[in-house]
Amino acid sequence: MGHVVIDVMLKPEILDPQGQAVGGALPRLGFEQFTDVRQGKRFVLTVDGDVTDAHLAAARDAAEKLLSNPVIEDVVSVRAAGADEDPDQ
Amino acid sequence: MKVGVVTFPGSLDDRDALRAVRAVGAEPVSLWHGDADLKGVDAVILPGGFSYGDYLRCGAIARFAPVMDALIPAAQGGLPVLGICNGFQVLCESHLLPGALIRNDHRKFNCIDQRLVVENASTAWTSDFETGQEITIVLKNGEGGYVADEATLDRLEGEGQVVFRYAGSNPNGSYRAIAGVTNERGNVVGLMPHPEHCIEDGYGPSLDGLPFFTSVLRQAVSA
Repeated sequence: MGHVVIDVMLKPEILDPQGQAVGGALPRLGFEQFTDVRQGKRFVLTVDGDVTDAHLAAARDAAEKLLSNPVIEDVVSVRAAGADEDPDQ
Repeated sequence: MKVGVVTFPGSLDDRDALRAVRAVGAEPVSLWHGDADLKGVDAVILPGGFSYGDYLRCGAIARFAPVMDALIPAAQGGLPVLGICNGFQVLCESHLLPGALIRNDHRKFNCIDQRLVVENASTAWTSDFETGQEITIVLKNGEGGYVADEATLDRLEGEGQVVFRYAGSNPNGSYRAIAGVTNERGNVVGLMPHPEHCIEDGYGPSLDGLPFFTSVLRQAVSA
């Protein structure tokens, strides 16, 4: 069983109110060193067998059509999960 | 005249939209998200609510519902379509309207009587208004911030595709205080405020919602 990992982030110029809320909470816990927080999304798609180039191409297509909105988001990474990486953990 | 209202899983304001259609003398028709069938209606309303729980992005999953397979080509062919709140988000996700809606900049849910300026009174849903008219419509949402890139915003302004703008303070951080937009043809309109809640004395701050529904009725009569 293989996994394709897709990361989506809001475009840098789009306001991220959720990231700002997290950023506002950090100093209250004593984390003063972080000047900004941006929050994104990770999708893990499971396939039978090893991840092939065709799986990755289909995942890129799905990422553009459904998993992201190109008006406000960038698909920053589409990759096969490494053998030593369990994306469900 | 028949006006369809689509119910998605999580739609909230479909009944109010049907009621508004009936109030102006048109025939309301319930449409179901799972049927790729518009039942011969002359116009369609995508109502407010939280389709599919707003999962992934607001409107993102509803956009791929079977009814949208029928609605998207019909809208591109000139069918009048009004998207209210979540319906506006669905229209943006469908690329029937430009731009996108993101979380309010202040991160709080709005539930207010909102003043708007009508910027374009020549669309299928706004012809019973006057350009420049100020109206008050209820606004209730958590993700109503309208965003688009600068080139798109300039084009919308230049082509008269900004239909409504927030008057007074900007309630959600929408770029250029945009509350509603239309497509190039003027048959598809989306806005975050809720005209269907402002059609009857004693409910809501005004009757300023009625002209949305009488406008589309007039369009059908003259067509």
